[in-house]
Amino acid sequence: MIDRRLVSHFDWWLLLLVFILAGVGVASIYSAAEPGARGLGQIFAVKQAIWFGLGLMVMALVFSFHYHFMDRWVWIIYILTVLSLAWVLVFGKTVSGSQRWISLGPLAFQPSETAKLTAVIVLAHFYSRSGSASGLGLREIALPAALLFVPFLLILAQPDLGTGMVMAIIAASMTFYAGIRRRTLVFLVSCGLVALPLLYMNLKDYQKERIKTFLDPDRDPLGAGYHIIQSKIAIGSGMFSGKGYMEGSQKALSFLPEQHTDFIFAVLSEEWGLLGATALLILFFAFLWRGLNAGYQSKDPFGAYICVGVVSYFFWQVFINTGMVMGILPVVGVPLPFISYGGSSMLVAMMGVGMIQNVGMRRFSYD
Amino acid sequence: MGTVIRTDWTDHSRRRIPGVLVFILAGLCVLFVRLYQLQVLDGLEYARLSENNCVRIQRVVPARGLILDRTGQVLADNRPSFDVSITPSDAKPVKNIFPLLREYLDLDLKIWGPRLLKAEKEAPFTPVVIKTDIDRDRLAIVSAHSLELAGISVQTRSQRSFPLGASFAHLLGYVGEITEKELEKSGTGKIAGDMVGRTGVERMFEDQLAGGKGGRQVEVDARGRVVSVMRTVPAAPGNNLRLTVDAGLQAKAVELLGEETGAVVALDPFSGRVLALASTPSFDPNLFITGMTARQWAGLVNDERRPMHNRAISGAYPPGSTYKVITLMAGLEEGVVNQETLLYCPGFYSFGNRDFWCWKRGGHGPVKAVQALAESCDVYCYRVGEQLGVDRLAYYARSGGLGAVTGIGLDGEARGLVPTMEWKKKHTGRPWTKGETLSVAIGQGYNLATPLQMASLMAAVANGGVLYRPQVAERVERPDHSVAHRFVPEVLGRLPASPKNLAIIKQGLWEVVNTRNGTAWAARSEKYGIYGKTGTAQVVGRKDRENFLNQTSSHRRFQDHAWFTAFCTPKGLPGIAVAVIVEHGGHGASTAAPVARDLILEYMRMSDPSADDEKAPSEAAAGVTPTTASTYTPTTAAAFTPVEGRRESP
Repeated sequence: MIDRRLVSHFDWWLLLLVFILAGVGVASIYSAAEPGARGLGQIFAVKQAIWFGLGLMVMALVFSFHYHFMDRWVWIIYILTVLSLAWVLVFGKTVSGSQRWISLGPLAFQPSETAKLTAVIVLAHFYSRSGSASGLGLREIALPAALLFVPFLLILAQPDLGTGMVMAIIAASMTFYAGIRRRTLVFLVSCGLVALPLLYMNLKDYQKERIKTFLDPDRDPLGAGYHIIQSKIAIGSGMFSGKGYMEGSQKALSFLPEQHTDFIFAVLSEEWGLLGATALLILFFAFLWRGLNAGYQSKDPFGAYICVGVVSYFFWQVFINTGMVMGILPVVGVPLPFISYGGSSMLVAMMGVGMIQNVGMRRFSYD
Repeated sequence: MGTVIRTDWTDHSRRRIPGVLVFILAGLCVLFVRLYQLQVLDGLEYARLSENNCVRIQRVVPARGLILDRTGQVLADNRPSFDVSITPSDAKPVKNIFPLLREYLDLDLKIWGPRLLKAEKEAPFTPVVIKTDIDRDRLAIVSAHSLELAGISVQTRSQRSFPLGASFAHLLGYVGEITEKELEKSGTGKIAGDMVGRTGVERMFEDQLAGGKGGRQVEVDARGRVVSVMRTVPAAPGNNLRLTVDAGLQAKAVELLGEETGAVVALDPFSGRVLALASTPSFDPNLFITGMTARQWAGLVNDERRPMHNRAISGAYPPGSTYKVITLMAGLEEGVVNQETLLYCPGFYSFGNRDFWCWKRGGHGPVKAVQALAESCDVYCYRVGEQLGVDRLAYYARSGGLGAVTGIGLDGEARGLVPTMEWKKKHTGRPWTKGETLSVAIGQGYNLATPLQMASLMAAVANGGVLYRPQVAERVERPDHSVAHRFVPEVLGRLPASPKNLAIIKQGLWEVVNTRNGTAWAARSEKYGIYGKTGTAQVVGRKDRENFLNQTSSHRRFQDHAWFTAFCTPKGLPGIAVAVIVEHGGHGASTAAPVARDLILEYMRMSDPSADDEKAPSEAAAGVTPTTASTYTPTTAAAFTPVEGRRESP
């Protein structure tokens, strides 16, 4: 039943890297919990390990069927994504002002996270048909862009500007990868310049405020700005070799906000220093390289687009998250894949791994 | 099978993948460079900041917007409050200054001694606030002895104050610390410890009054002392709010109610603007801010007269005979009666096997519409109500704004109740009986209305039929006094009455006050034409109530509530519509009417430069209580009929 070639082409290195990254994540989460609440750290760490276990199953599920089904089911995937986003807006759980979660019994899940991968599949579907050496024209870009605009708006309405932006950046990355005619590029950029102010005027005040803070974090030195200075102190004080595991003093005094979720990289950098943080970046690089390798070896453009799309999803999450923690990018809610605490983020990351494995495993199959 | 397998793809897409890898590598290199900068180049500086633990945020709470009356008088103000705090580590050891704390700050060491010793052990660098809002004398003492008092510091804070105290408590509401639940919901950047409007105008316009919070990022040393200020965000003061009420008129309303339990609502009939909105007994809203003792709090909540209850908008009472305006309007509009229809009142009306009494046991004799209102004939209204049926009455009551909130915007507004057949079936399970319609027609039975609704109804009658939404705010002003928002009158609907029928009703209301047989002859004014209607809301509904009332010792508690609704719209002067209720005040004419009359005269005196002839203010106080009402003599030579001589419908 199972083709032996499927097993022999499974990328064990990629899986090993994922195990290491997730292990680093669980360890950091354990350390990041507040002092005197070590029990809490255990709870978070155990929960994260459970999420990873579930993620492995999701990964297995995703690579169990041929990736061409993603191509054929693109409409079903798209419609399910849009419906779940709409569902969130109507019935979703509100946490600190944003409506992002669907309750699944005891678990809460963010459909906006899966929307990022949906964007990858939709674009792979269209670009694998329309892409050519001469590059994409307006006609080829218009339909997928219009399709993705719907989930994009639904995500902005939650409101979750960070996730919406990441989705847009992934889409842009895949479009650039596919190649785009210069004339079309110029046209799109000028269209964007005209449309942005119009779009902006139609936003609600608080959404404008978010965008302003997005563009200029100094606007909010008591909120996001304060987080940034604390996280910069944590990272910087780690110096070359770090203060040692569980020894971070910034985090120990709970100066770091949301340290086990979006700011986990600061905890890790404080405790492991430049050595540890660089090692983490190298791990991510190796992981992304394996992903691109799967795309490179894929026998069809759809597989390659899937791999490049998923890799860009991981890359931008890593870049934006660490960039924001280090104070070179605005603070938006983007988790660090495999490391940040959170079930949705972990499951979707593992889905992405499954997609890469799927393409890599079937590079010689011809059905 | 949709997937395209293209032969030229290796020439294109595959060739681009190494480029992607290079791009990613470049991105990660940027991150590495930044890491190197933070951890190696600037590492020592960050390590120093980290060791000193180090950067804190100090919030600066903006001054809350002022609330002013329509003339600009300040109703809600801010004043500085001085708080004393002690940082245990700086007192070294804290025990040594205990005697000084007792001497200079009058601190109860039985309570504070153990607390401070505990704080010294657990969080020695965190300041503990030991006394809030000290007076200036004590501030001087603390400042003078600052050298002895190591570790003691004084902070200034802006604190709400209500200079007019109790008279505006129900309208303005008060402020209090934000609760955890509100924090979860808000998402507006508020933090624990922030003061927010709890009730009344303070709550209704919270967004305008609150302002934007500011603060400082500061670097502190090991003692918690500020070493340097890193960044500052100035606090944006809140907007000021100009209300439509008049502080003078409000004060008069409270004065007129005196010791009574009751409420007064005064509106501008041509806009729905609230001129006064008072409820007694009241409470001092300042106590909610400076903190009250457990005993004061218990006194407030356990007081039988419920001083926290805003009777003007939350108190729902049977409207009594003031409801007859609705009955008459319905009867005239539906053609059940006209101006000339004569109905005979023998003092009772036999319906089924029961007699429904008129308040005038001897009977009014033949009665027409205007007289029915003027003399408050119950039999006339029984017969009109009987022919209309309760549902047609309900239509007119609803059109007059009863049975629904006016939407004034203040919390806790009661809807009142307009009974219908369907309503009774739904809520009691029993069918409507026709006799109940008779009670409804004279404003008793299931009927309930708030003083605000009745004032609003009177305003509509006064202005020719337009029902306005009562409006408390006139405009929002920015701190630089420019107008941020102006509130305009909002029309809720129109009374379903022809001008002709409205004129008949007005004539009736005129005769209530201005004819000898009218039920409120005592409330007339020679100079200004006052229209009005008395009402009595039954508290005890039993048949032998007279005997019952005579037997019970706590007589007052079972007395009826007294209503008076009125308006006055003299040419060339601003008009006013008023509703007054005095709980257990007995008859509307004796207790409520003088309040309404004197309030109207006060308003006219304020608006009319030539108004001194009729001295309302000095004599007003005399008209408040029923016992002194009979001693009041109008300035005219006309003979005075003591109000006790008049009886109102039950």
